[in-house]
Amino acid sequence: MLTKELSEDQLLAEFDLKIASDIKIEPRDWMPEEYRNQLIRQISQHAHSEIIGMQPEGNWLNRAPSLRSKKILMAKIQDEAGHGLYLYSAAETLGISREQMIAALHAGKAKYASVFNYPSLNWADMGAIGWLVDGAAITNQVSLQRTSYGPYARAMVRICKEESFHQRQGYEIMWRMMQGTEDQKRMAQDALNRWWYPALMMFGPHDADSAHSSKSMKWKIKRESNDHLRAKFVNKSIPQAELLGLKVPDVKLIDEASGIYEHTAINWEEFWTVVNGNGPCNKQRIEHHIKAHEDGEWVRKTAIAADLKHHTN
Amino acid sequence: MNKEDNQGQLWEVFLQTKPGMAFKHVGSVHAFDKELAVQNARDLYTRRGEGTGLWVVSSEEIVAVTINEAEYFFEPIDKKIYRHPTFYNLPEGVKNM
Amino acid sequence: MDFKLKYYLQIADNALILSHRLGEVVSRGPYLEEDIANTNVALDLIGMAESIYEQAALLEDKGRTGDDLVYRRAEHQYFNANLVEQPNKDFAYILVRQFLMDAFHVYFLTELTKSKDEFLAAVAIKSLKEVTYHLRRSSEWMIRLGDGTAEASERTKIAIRNLWKFKFELFTESEADLIMKERGEGVDLKVVEKMWRQKVREIFFIAQLEIPEGEFIVGQGKSGNHTEYLGKILAEMQFLPTHYPDAVW
Repeated sequence: MLTKELSEDQLLAEFDLKIASDIKIEPRDWMPEEYRNQLIRQISQHAHSEIIGMQPEGNWLNRAPSLRSKKILMAKIQDEAGHGLYLYSAAETLGISREQMIAALHAGKAKYASVFNYPSLNWADMGAIGWLVDGAAITNQVSLQRTSYGPYARAMVRICKEESFHQRQGYEIMWRMMQGTEDQKRMAQDALNRWWYPALMMFGPHDADSAHSSKSMKWKIKRESNDHLRAKFVNKSIPQAELLGLKVPDVKLIDEASGIYEHTAINWEEFWTVVNGNGPCNKQRIEHHIKAHEDGEWVRKTAIAADLKHHTN
Repeated sequence: MNKEDNQGQLWEVFLQTKPGMAFKHVGSVHAFDKELAVQNARDLYTRRGEGTGLWVVSSEEIVAVTINEAEYFFEPIDKKIYRHPTFYNLPEGVKNM
Repeated sequence: MDFKLKYYLQIADNALILSHRLGEVVSRGPYLEEDIANTNVALDLIGMAESIYEQAALLEDKGRTGDDLVYRRAEHQYFNANLVEQPNKDFAYILVRQFLMDAFHVYFLTELTKSKDEFLAAVAIKSLKEVTYHLRRSSEWMIRLGDGTAEASERTKIAIRNLWKFKFELFTESEADLIMKERGEGVDLKVVEKMWRQKVREIFFIAQLEIPEGEFIVGQGKSGNHTEYLGKILAEMQFLPTHYPDAVW
């Protein structure tokens, strides 16, 4: 073999150098096990979030009040399936199969964004989810386009490009609701009230309390801190709410001159309750996914069997 | 071929975005056979009308140079600058070259 | 009711109700790629229905929109075939229903491209491309369902047995069908049926499935007579416009 045989230390030094020089790590490159595991954890969690996130919107798909809104919502949910798929593929390059990831999800070992454990209760929720939940996700994802792992970064580039309509779609629904009847305005405010804090929680715990944050930052898996991204999002969203004529719950202007806002204390007890499985919909979401997976088993089996029959050579 | 994985096998997808252009790798897709692979690739990667041509290749059929080989595979070629047109000094005034 | 308007609604209602059923299985597919594929079919069908409803609303000339036709018509004013409203019992039901309708759409729209009604001819040309792909997809699945595992074959045979009776209605002429055909604006359903039968035979043969015997016409969707399922579909679909009649969405 002509290949270089390097010691673990040399490999690590080479790896660190690449990270420092912003050279992407690729699937066949050497990487520390912890980096690999951290990526698998984060990318699969991200993929599961896209997939579970189809459910609260799916809840209103067949009650969409116009054909236009129905096809848009359907296309959006389909994008989420596609994005989950891109992310599963990125994770697969690290040596885990999609099936293993799904098994971990079903066993409760892999997490997904807690925000999807809240119910979607009225049509304006389709607006609030697009505007706030996708808005928060996009804030995060834009920074992840620069993540150090090549396949993850490339998946994020594609996802960000495709997602650009999602937030606009949500905001447009809110806008239409606010132009409508008193009932519609009530629904819009109600949706904002319910989704605001869950959206803020999507950025994760405060930097000081975030278990995986420092390593992730060091390896440039994550490029900006939770609190920094959260503040960015809050300050983007408040003027958008004002334009709609909606009131964001509990924010204060901390800097009158520059118009910088701060959200008031997040109820982290609630956050951890939901993360640990006791949100309003955790069980429902997982059961939905398990049922689809189990109902589909005979279909997957017959597809495999049919292929084997026709390619016996 | 991992037939046990109930999510199907992995296929690499190459898309041509305009007639005459090169096919470019866009990602991968799971499928149980060739026909489903080409359908699934179409349904996923051309949702926004990006395609005029589509190839799928079973991921297992891809032969790749490993990163450890990269140095002696690529670097020597990098030095043969005489293969590039800008290497040559031509007299002023020569046309259509 | 104006026969032309009714003809438009027959076509659009089939696409709409079928797409609604497909919408119900979003996020419930056997694997992710199939979920995405199913949604593409549903989106094509909604798009086709939407453009026809908009034109139908103009034809009707009562100041109503395409959406009004969707959201403010009662069960008996819907003219889709009973087949498309049948529930998603399992993947076999979904795909058998889809295959039978895809084949119908391909040959129906092929004929419709020759319509003297320019709008219908244009819709047919556009939608024909989409449903041709749908038929390819559902044909491939029929083969995998029929000629794969014993369980799949059994489930598929049950679905065929239970859905087959609804296919006859597709080729039964309503008054609107008859008049539109005579004017050269509609299609001859006999021609469609002949092509349809040939395709179904071909795919069933490859898939080792059998065509059930007997001719018994069930369902008169074109007369506004439906199975119990349609009422529930509409109750869900029309919930918001019904509950908040003054709202604009």
